[in-house]
Amino acid sequence: MKYLDEFRDGALARSLADQIRQIVTRKWVLMEVCGGQTHSVMRHGIDQLLPSEIELVHGPGCPVCVTPLEVIDRALAIAARPGVIFCSFGDMLRVPGSGTDLFRVKSEGADVRVVYSPLDALKIARQHPDREVVFFGIGFETTAPANAMAVKLAHQQKLANFSMLVSHVLVPPAMRAILASPMNRVQAFLAAGHVCTVMGTQEYEPIAEQYQVPIVVTGFEPLDILEGIRRAVVLLEEGEARVENAYARVVSEQGNPQAQHLLAEIFETTDRTWRGIGTIPRSGWSLAPAYQAFDALKRFDVGMVQAQESPLCISGQVLQGLIKPNQCQAFGKQCTPRSPLGATMVSGEGACAAYYLYGRLTDFAIADTSGAIADHAR
Amino acid sequence: MPDKPIQPEGWSCPLPLKDYPNIVMGHGTGAKLSSDLIEHLFIPAFRNPALDAMADSAVLEFPAGRLAFTTDSHVVRPLFFPGGSIGELAVHGTVNDLAMAGARPLYLSAAFILEEGFPIEQLSRIVYLMAESARRAGVKIVTGDTKVVERGHGDGCYITTAGVGVVPAGRTVGSDRARPGDAIIISGSMGDHGMAIMSVREGLEFETQLTSDTAPLNELVETLFQTAPKIRALRDPTRGGVAATLTEFATRSNVGILIEETALPIRAEVKAACELLGLDPLMVANEGKLIAVVPAEDTEVVLASLRKHELGRSAARIGTVVSEHPGMVAARTAIGGKRVVTLPYSEQLPRIC
Repeated sequence: MKYLDEFRDGALARSLADQIRQIVTRKWVLMEVCGGQTHSVMRHGIDQLLPSEIELVHGPGCPVCVTPLEVIDRALAIAARPGVIFCSFGDMLRVPGSGTDLFRVKSEGADVRVVYSPLDALKIARQHPDREVVFFGIGFETTAPANAMAVKLAHQQKLANFSMLVSHVLVPPAMRAILASPMNRVQAFLAAGHVCTVMGTQEYEPIAEQYQVPIVVTGFEPLDILEGIRRAVVLLEEGEARVENAYARVVSEQGNPQAQHLLAEIFETTDRTWRGIGTIPRSGWSLAPAYQAFDALKRFDVGMVQAQESPLCISGQVLQGLIKPNQCQAFGKQCTPRSPLGATMVSGEGACAAYYLYGRLTDFAIADTSGAIADHAR
Repeated sequence: MPDKPIQPEGWSCPLPLKDYPNIVMGHGTGAKLSSDLIEHLFIPAFRNPALDAMADSAVLEFPAGRLAFTTDSHVVRPLFFPGGSIGELAVHGTVNDLAMAGARPLYLSAAFILEEGFPIEQLSRIVYLMAESARRAGVKIVTGDTKVVERGHGDGCYITTAGVGVVPAGRTVGSDRARPGDAIIISGSMGDHGMAIMSVREGLEFETQLTSDTAPLNELVETLFQTAPKIRALRDPTRGGVAATLTEFATRSNVGILIEETALPIRAEVKAACELLGLDPLMVANEGKLIAVVPAEDTEVVLASLRKHELGRSAARIGTVVSEHPGMVAARTAIGGKRVVTLPYSEQLPRIC
């Protein structure tokens, strides 16, 4: 079992789709919370296998997309400072701030480096004691433990030249905000499997109960997603509103207690602005008082930032599942991956990028040539 | 880097070079130090009559036919990587560009831009790897140039090669010649070079080592034309990967292309590394693969002849030219869905989680 091809099996996928078709009796709107799931849906064409009654809307679970413009502008200001080495995950580099992005700041002379782990940034800080090394610590509960560990190690190792620009966000408050909105259309959630790997499934139970929605913890491969959908549809059809775990090979009910312990030590809950959506109370993490010496915002006074969002970008509505990316007037016209108006067109988890990359012209006819190729298979 | 240092056997008198273990500005001035490099490194390594003449231009015998002419600059970090170095890339890149025009590559030039402080020992490895690659590809490096830039103004070593070859009568290939019904064939596994570079550049530690596929494709192309003279288009899917090559065919020929994801040859370790980093193997660079568009009826003979050659063992038909969706490439996914394959718009960025 290599966990790659096994969960992309065509026959099993069609069988799951058939089962969904047999149980569904009416229209249902399901939201996949995580942008990784959205990309999987579009990349593998999962939506094309589903009966027309099932509508998938795409959720806010794209960390790069919801990081507020103001934070990105501050990151750009810090990165541009002489003496700073600014470390970031790769997909943050092209996200547009008010006027520029990290790629352009880099081309103008800033030292911006792509890292794969915040621990790599710590290593850079040790190698360059005369430079200030800043890590852009964004993301959901999934990326938070590694970031927390980096801060803890920096504290233990007394790495005075390391700091983190923290803008962490949390999934459950965002789900509550979507459900509480008068415009909400979501009737069931496919919860983000990797977030639950860290946090477990228990914190979703009060949401399922309060808002009477089924929540199915779901993975990312085609069969994972189809199974998540199938179980959500079963719950919807039976009128059951509870939490189910369709990603048990990875997610346990209690999650990862060690990681949770670390998170509670390093971070504290805070109100957080979500790009395009607005402020959601107690929806993020910032550094706890004991670790604020590592807060890049406190270390670098970048002054007032006048964030200016493109008036054409309505990514907030996309992130709340209110519209589909291709219903936006600017989609594929003023806004493309080459010149994005919003972060959702850039990120590897952004819904607009998924529609542009994989499904831009979903209606064209596809000729059946598979037989010809199978004939030549070795 | 290769485990064993390369012994420059033809290094006639190493002493003058060993006085300066690193490149100094004087190596690019045209004075004594420059001629030491030429005399004791380049000429012994690349040895051939045209170069030995040490004239301002190489004067060459050239067979009758159409001339193919190409140039390519090579910058790669690190300079040595699993499966190759900038030396092999500099030769193979230009040899392959000629071969993809249907040409038989004959002569190359090599221009080096070296950074002050660059170890002569590394330069000699690169030069001897170039010489070895040129021998393997059956081409001669007949002229060259060296410049030195101050420390901090270069990445150790940049190499620009240009090449000429002759296109035999009757061979016409072009990315505008694909026709509906044609078969799309790739000579082997996708994404090996790009992922090998990424694994060392970013310090990613995988359990198995990923190895670049850098190789000269001219012999494979000769085999192809012998078995299927009606080849419509040839291209080596380097930067931008298979996606960029197919998109160019679709656009320039104004046809659609449909590929089958399950038919794509991808090594398990490359696939796993791509999944981990959120990269699409269709967009990852190759340095020793070709994509051929051939009439459907030639598919079997082309596959059979490719698979007989060591560089084409895992050749596969991956798709078909169609009349639908002109200008666009689509893929049928493993689960039976369909998606558009777009041109990568910039370098692919590893995702956050």
